[in-house]
Amino acid sequence: MKPLEPRSMAARVALDIPEGAYVNLGIGLPVQVAAHVPEGREVIYHSENGIIGMGPAPAPEDLDPDLVDASKRHVTLVQGGAYCDSAESFGLMRGGHLDIAVLGAFQVSQGGDLANWATDDEVYPPAVGGAMDLAIGARQVFVLMRHTSRDGSPKILERCTYPLTGSGVVTRIYTDLAVLEVTPSGLAVIELHPGNTLDEVQALTGCRLIAPPFAATPRVRGDEC
Amino acid sequence: MIDKIRHTMDEAMAAVFPGATVMVGGFGPSGSPVQLLEALRRHGAGDLTLISNNAGVGDDGIGSLLRDGLVRRIVCTYPRSSGSVWFEKLYAAGAIELEVVPQGTFIERMRAAGTGIGGFFTPTGYGTKLAEGKETRVIDGRGYVFEKPLPADVALVKALAADRWGNLTYRSAGRNFNTSMAMAAKVTIAEVEQTAPLGGLSPSLIATPGIYVTHVVPQEAALDETA
Repeated sequence: MKPLEPRSMAARVALDIPEGAYVNLGIGLPVQVAAHVPEGREVIYHSENGIIGMGPAPAPEDLDPDLVDASKRHVTLVQGGAYCDSAESFGLMRGGHLDIAVLGAFQVSQGGDLANWATDDEVYPPAVGGAMDLAIGARQVFVLMRHTSRDGSPKILERCTYPLTGSGVVTRIYTDLAVLEVTPSGLAVIELHPGNTLDEVQALTGCRLIAPPFAATPRVRGDEC
Repeated sequence: MIDKIRHTMDEAMAAVFPGATVMVGGFGPSGSPVQLLEALRRHGAGDLTLISNNAGVGDDGIGSLLRDGLVRRIVCTYPRSSGSVWFEKLYAAGAIELEVVPQGTFIERMRAAGTGIGGFFTPTGYGTKLAEGKETRVIDGRGYVFEKPLPADVALVKALAADRWGNLTYRSAGRNFNTSMAMAAKVTIAEVEQTAPLGGLSPSLIATPGIYVTHVVPQEAALDETA
């Protein structure tokens, strides 16, 4: 087995972000995707607090106290960027205007159910933020996560056991072992990262994988961007 | 002559009564009415319901209200930011009520309250435990959850500049929840960095027209009080 490093996982997702896409990158590893989008490819990043055209961290002398990302870190606005209020920012998600959301996850089901906001640990207060709106709103939801949890148990399952963020919302799963597509007939393997066999990946997955080549048409909500 | 500009934070804060529902604008530090929160803490009205995206960080702002035992209930989207120590303590002790709302539903419920909408069906949360107990409907093959308006007695907002009519402009992403909260509360108090003469704000940059604003408190009012 040869799992990809987190950096390479983010870079793999970046390859699939097309020119002109409006993209929201979730907190954690998904944020790193932006750094790997090929130079010259124009991608517009959305931040839930009302930024359309978010840029990287500012130089210390250019810090704007009101210009932060979803993690409350200071960011910049790119040339051509715009601001809106929260009502519009979430309206554009629900309204299907965002092309891609790249999100982390605790679990994903073979039908594209996403669980990424709560575990069954009742000690911690529940906290959802914008996760549910992104999950149901973005036309494509790419999940970026390790194939298994730290203890080696599968995170890709027939059914999620953690509380759902959204039902049937995930379109692709990018893990350290493979790239999977959610299709009407199940989870199809569209890529195995070098050094991993289908049998090995299947053994670490909690549901049946469809081996390439497969006939099913990829499921995409709305137009492919 | 209309003049909504108040010379002390405390003068405006008289609108907050024990048991009031208070909205607090801001996304983390962005667009956060830090000085109004300090004035609210000094004001001391308790048994409050707070409506805010987060549940405070450290000992400042909302954290200080929680520490001083002034909050009975909080409606928010993400109470688990690192450093939300006071909220975590109260929650673990069962000493605070919590309603968690998806962020898009949270803001749309306030917008509904401010614009006379009696509720709305949203796809957000459908099929999840945050929809439990709520009316649902399938419209054109897609599932939706019914959500009610979220009004308040008082909104504390933060803007960049105001004129004496209460028109507000914001810096960069500082609008966030402030604009809808200003519409959704009976009384809106705006903390501002600057004041401008009437006609001095570009009409097309006014994101919160003064019709929604009751009191404007310049930040120097807070400085005067500490002087």
